Amino acid sequence: MRIRFWGTRGSLPAPLGVAAVRSKLRNALRKASGRSFADDAAIDRFIASELTFAEAGTFGGNTSCVEADLDSDEHLIFDLGSGVREFGNRVMSGAYPNKKKVFNILMSHPHWDHIMGFPFFVPAYIPGHTIRIYGGHSTLDNAFRRQHAEPSFPVDYSQLGARIEFITLDPAKTHDIAGAKVNLMRQHHTGDSYGYRIEHGGKAMVYSTDSEHKFEETGDAYPFVDFFRDADLVIFDAMYSLADAVSIREDWGHSSNIIAVELCHHAGARRLCLFHHDPNSDDRSIGEVLVDTRKFEELAREGRLPLDVLSAYDGLEITL
Amino acid sequence: MGGMVATSEKKVGNASVLSPTGRVDVETTPPLQERLLPLLGQAGAVVVIDFSGVSYISSSGLRALMLGAKEAKAKGGKLAVCALNETVSEIFRISRFNQVVPVYADLNGALSALTPT
Repeated sequence: MRIRFWGTRGSLPAPLGVAAVRSKLRNALRKASGRSFADDAAIDRFIASELTFAEAGTFGGNTSCVEADLDSDEHLIFDLGSGVREFGNRVMSGAYPNKKKVFNILMSHPHWDHIMGFPFFVPAYIPGHTIRIYGGHSTLDNAFRRQHAEPSFPVDYSQLGARIEFITLDPAKTHDIAGAKVNLMRQHHTGDSYGYRIEHGGKAMVYSTDSEHKFEETGDAYPFVDFFRDADLVIFDAMYSLADAVSIREDWGHSSNIIAVELCHHAGARRLCLFHHDPNSDDRSIGEVLVDTRKFEELAREGRLPLDVLSAYDGLEITL
Repeated sequence: MGGMVATSEKKVGNASVLSPTGRVDVETTPPLQERLLPLLGQAGAVVVIDFSGVSYISSSGLRALMLGAKEAKAKGGKLAVCALNETVSEIFRISRFNQVVPVYADLNGALSALTPT
């Protein structure tokens, strides 16, 4: 199972601006001052060894879209944020010769940042393609049709060429989608959201975004502990600090890195990927949150096996 | 994985000082919270939690502090913590709870700040 992150930003796209790029260049040139590089490989070694990820790259600005590339002839995608545009372009470039043009989409919820990429998903315009949009909400189709309607978009939903189906999933049942065993759980978020656990080829991953965890509920008996149980990867909404999530941003429907680590520890998960980054956070602050989260994981570990902590970025690939 | 928390309480001037010991986590927070919130429910109460005997605090313990801070604000009181060990201090920093509850190096410093003569 290969996981590709096409969009990792929460709420709104957050492209890198000129000032941020200039700052990265200035910092890199300062660190390279007095050095000479024989070739591009030497430059790449310098970047890898002497610049942090936040200095040399970017966590990216597209909203939620994650691909689970399974040993299956159908595609499996979580959410249709702005990141799905680039996934669609990759499909159109012929990068998936062994897959049929069947796209299974697991929707967390229909808030704008999770559907805004769909009008720019080229495969949706092509006859012969099949798009199955799954979710716990029974009214997903309304959200998709509405964003295509005038005056918001020039191409009406009825003009899409692909065969598009909306399928409501029952959280009480286990589903077989694209060859994976899929379970979903309702999450605390305005209008509800749904987290997904998929199991395939002996591996388990959880996609849990736009989910607020009331932190008095994070003991062993909390249902999410079972949902995350022994997962090889948990993708987790860690948009805010714990202090913000329980004070000025309480009931905004998001969670924190502290709760992420505690839940993964209780569940025995192996890897945590921080996700749904605040659009107000720059690369440096997201990088600092990652460092802090790894520190907290050590402090909270208490004899458990180490939990590997990552921070999602647009373009990240993880093989499970 | 919780440990016993024994919380002693004393009055220093008009301030109440709570001194829990051990780990403050999902199992051990409720008794601490049951002592903290009634104190702060009195108008103008001043409460200092002395963390010198606390080895660790989880999100549950931090939640109790958040509830206490809200109660203090509502009733015109004050809540502060002091004497955090290195681990607890790091957890306050990482969770940003050092911006929610005033943190003092030691009890005397907290009392001097909260109950000026």
